[in-house]
Amino acid sequence: MSQSLRLFAVAIWGVASSLLPAAAEAPQVFTLDNGMEVVVVEDHRAPVVVHMVWYRVGGADDPAGQGGIAHYLEHLMFKATDTMAEGEFSDTVEANGGTDNAFTTSDYTAYYQRIASDRLGLMMRMEADRMVNLRLDRSDWLPERDVILRERGQRTDSSPDRQFGEQMRAALFLNHPYGRPVIGWRHEIETLTGQIATDFYRVHYAPNNAILVVAGDVQADEVLALAEQYYGPIPAVEDIPARVRPAEPPQLAERRLRMTDSRVGQPYFNRLYLAPIRRSGDQREAAALEVLATLLGASSQTSVLERELTYNQGLTLTAWAGYQSTALDYGYFTLGAMPATGVSLQEAEDAMDAVLADFIETGVDLEQLDRVRMQIRAEAIFQEDSARTRAEALGAALAVGLTPQDQEDWVDVVLSITPEEIVAAARSLDRRQSVTGWLTGEDQ
Amino acid sequence: MKRLIAALSLIAAFATQAAADISIQPVTSPIGRQAWLSEEHSIPFVSIQVIFTGGSSLDPEGKAGAVSLMTALLNEGAGDLDAQGYAAALESLAGTITFEAGRDQVSMTIRALTENRDQVIDLAMLALTEARFDDASIERVRAQMIASQEREARNPNTIARRAFADLGYAGHPYATPTDGTPETIAALTPEDILNAHRAAFTSDLVYFGAAGDITAQDLGDIVDRIVADLPTSNTPLPSYHTFDAPSGVTVIDYPAPQSVIQFGHAGLRWDDEDFMTAYLINSAFGGGGFNSRLMQELREQRGLTYGVYTGLASYRFGDSFVGSFSTANETVPQAIDLVRAQFEWLANGGLTQEDLERIQTYLTGAYALRFDGNDSIAQILASMQFQGYPLNYVNIRNDLVRAITLDDIHRVSARLAQPDALQFVVVGQPVGLD
Repeated sequence: MSQSLRLFAVAIWGVASSLLPAAAEAPQVFTLDNGMEVVVVEDHRAPVVVHMVWYRVGGADDPAGQGGIAHYLEHLMFKATDTMAEGEFSDTVEANGGTDNAFTTSDYTAYYQRIASDRLGLMMRMEADRMVNLRLDRSDWLPERDVILRERGQRTDSSPDRQFGEQMRAALFLNHPYGRPVIGWRHEIETLTGQIATDFYRVHYAPNNAILVVAGDVQADEVLALAEQYYGPIPAVEDIPARVRPAEPPQLAERRLRMTDSRVGQPYFNRLYLAPIRRSGDQREAAALEVLATLLGASSQTSVLERELTYNQGLTLTAWAGYQSTALDYGYFTLGAMPATGVSLQEAEDAMDAVLADFIETGVDLEQLDRVRMQIRAEAIFQEDSARTRAEALGAALAVGLTPQDQEDWVDVVLSITPEEIVAAARSLDRRQSVTGWLTGEDQ
Repeated sequence: MKRLIAALSLIAAFATQAAADISIQPVTSPIGRQAWLSEEHSIPFVSIQVIFTGGSSLDPEGKAGAVSLMTALLNEGAGDLDAQGYAAALESLAGTITFEAGRDQVSMTIRALTENRDQVIDLAMLALTEARFDDASIERVRAQMIASQEREARNPNTIARRAFADLGYAGHPYATPTDGTPETIAALTPEDILNAHRAAFTSDLVYFGAAGDITAQDLGDIVDRIVADLPTSNTPLPSYHTFDAPSGVTVIDYPAPQSVIQFGHAGLRWDDEDFMTAYLINSAFGGGGFNSRLMQELREQRGLTYGVYTGLASYRFGDSFVGSFSTANETVPQAIDLVRAQFEWLANGGLTQEDLERIQTYLTGAYALRFDGNDSIAQILASMQFQGYPLNYVNIRNDLVRAITLDDIHRVSARLAQPDALQFVVVGQPVGLD
């Protein structure tokens, strides 16, 4: 039970403190003449392949006032092209026994299919087609905009936790577009059109702004040949805008929010700190934060916060920590807890801050660190069982400017972090660069 | 995400509607117990899934949540180890042992590295047979469960699902939430928890699946250890209850711009000879993907919803043909009328030969995608036995799918779809409903 509460709490923030896996077999990397990157992860245990194309564009690249356009375009990519009818893409995948989907984050947009490996060429032909041939008719884009409003209604507006998360991120980022929701604010979604989507598509969708990741029962040289056949002929676009987003000014003032909603069943608080991210060739600071989040909050029983707040002091029902390490510009570190009955949010928050201060004072429990390291090593073995998981982590890393080597190195860097570096990471969490929010029901 | 992950909570049978060219070997343990194994030594770990029949269906009247609370307490300390000692021991081995209570079963999932598998099994046995159920643990986990249920009680999807079950299963355990309610959880005593443990873990109604780096002999030994100290079952299981919600529309006021709607009527028994045909029908009608009839009508053509799904919620002791979606409060009447019209269409032989062939191609082609790693395979192998499928089912399953004709589809559609029996539970503030 505490496990499911924990999963829920983490899910609110989209922050997991799990560590990315080390690849069993090193991924093989190529670059096509038109600039498209190609990454292949071979796994021959089942005759299945995952085919993914990642574009280096996401919600944080939406023009001001047009929030949600990157995500809207993702939906519209399933409509007609010059050569395929509306819906034909997914029809064809399905008729070949495959599944397909797509997702958009602040930093990238990815499309993928899982299918029998002998259908890879077909997937590439269709994905290459919609990279350049999308054709948006009003009869397609108008109802799809309603679908997105319904999506927002269902996933965000119907959930006080999600709305609270939006408000928190908006307060954390004073200037950077990470403060805007990927799906967009409702009033901006309502103004989006097929033309705006087409303009965005022409600027950002091109082979030299894309990464192809193929994982499964394939030979790398055959993948490369297919990629050259299908993606190779698409010309590069010369003037893809550099991804320079508005930067954060010095953050001088801690922010505090309080949101009240009748739909809240149990009050809790959460805190987000602005934090550094993994940098290519320089991942130690991020790795230290990753280990810190794991020690503070990963285990329902033995993590520092749960042990102290939930077990020893009995002040919380659950407490958590998380760290978003992989992004283009900024990460964030999360701490929070759900107070036990009869304990106020202020008491719980004060107790958590005391635990954090004590952690900095007394340092790392070396036995706990050993256990965490053991789990990280084991996770690398478990992940060998899923080429898809490895391919997804790799795609996400490449899409934010990391290299396959960075990704290979990550587990080793994490394992090499010292107790001193972990305490230094804890010290680096600066309240002036944070937002703390309380979410309560109306009678709480 | 472009599409939702299927929002419906469906029976494990769907996981078994796949087949693959993996080889499954039947294992007989030294004392004669059965297990199914997919032996694969390339990665040094194993996943084991154990399904104990019964689950929250065993909760006595007024004690809903007893099996769930008991299950949640199993990794809160066992033998000489308190909760943190137990967790630390497991963490130091990088093992996973989880227990999960469902409607009709409690599952135990074990994942262990080959290098320390025996020690992880020792800990699993400790949790299974020597859980401590300390007062402090009971109170802590009870408070967490109540908090979780307070949240669920305000979640519009949960409200809709529970109201729908309430209408169709009045007086039957399926009408009460698996995890109980804040009131029933608060009233559970330590004795209730011990009784739940005695009822839920028995040596006779249990199924084993395993995948990965383990031999048949080692698996057989583990199976025997697991059943050795368990009692035989002595708690009566519930009787079958025909889902009998009245037709009509039930509105539950909820402050949100969109309404959540759960709809459906009685379904098909899980062991019905037409179940496979019904499964194909559901896949074409609302079983997921852009191409389902409902998705086309509500989402693709009209933008009324982000997703609409149906499923055959066929449990051991009751079944419904159920679906759900969310739409703006203003469009609730239009969407309900459309769903009704689609049920009419389905009942009157709407599906075509082309639809049938499309869904057959999809289902037979997608089978291999289900066998996605050791965890998935172990889970599928255990649930296949729980559902009573033969060992060779994976080999014949695609032939069974291909053998279904359009006549079958139309005959079973007329049985399955009952537009006049539809119940719609609307959670929201719908506008314009009569």
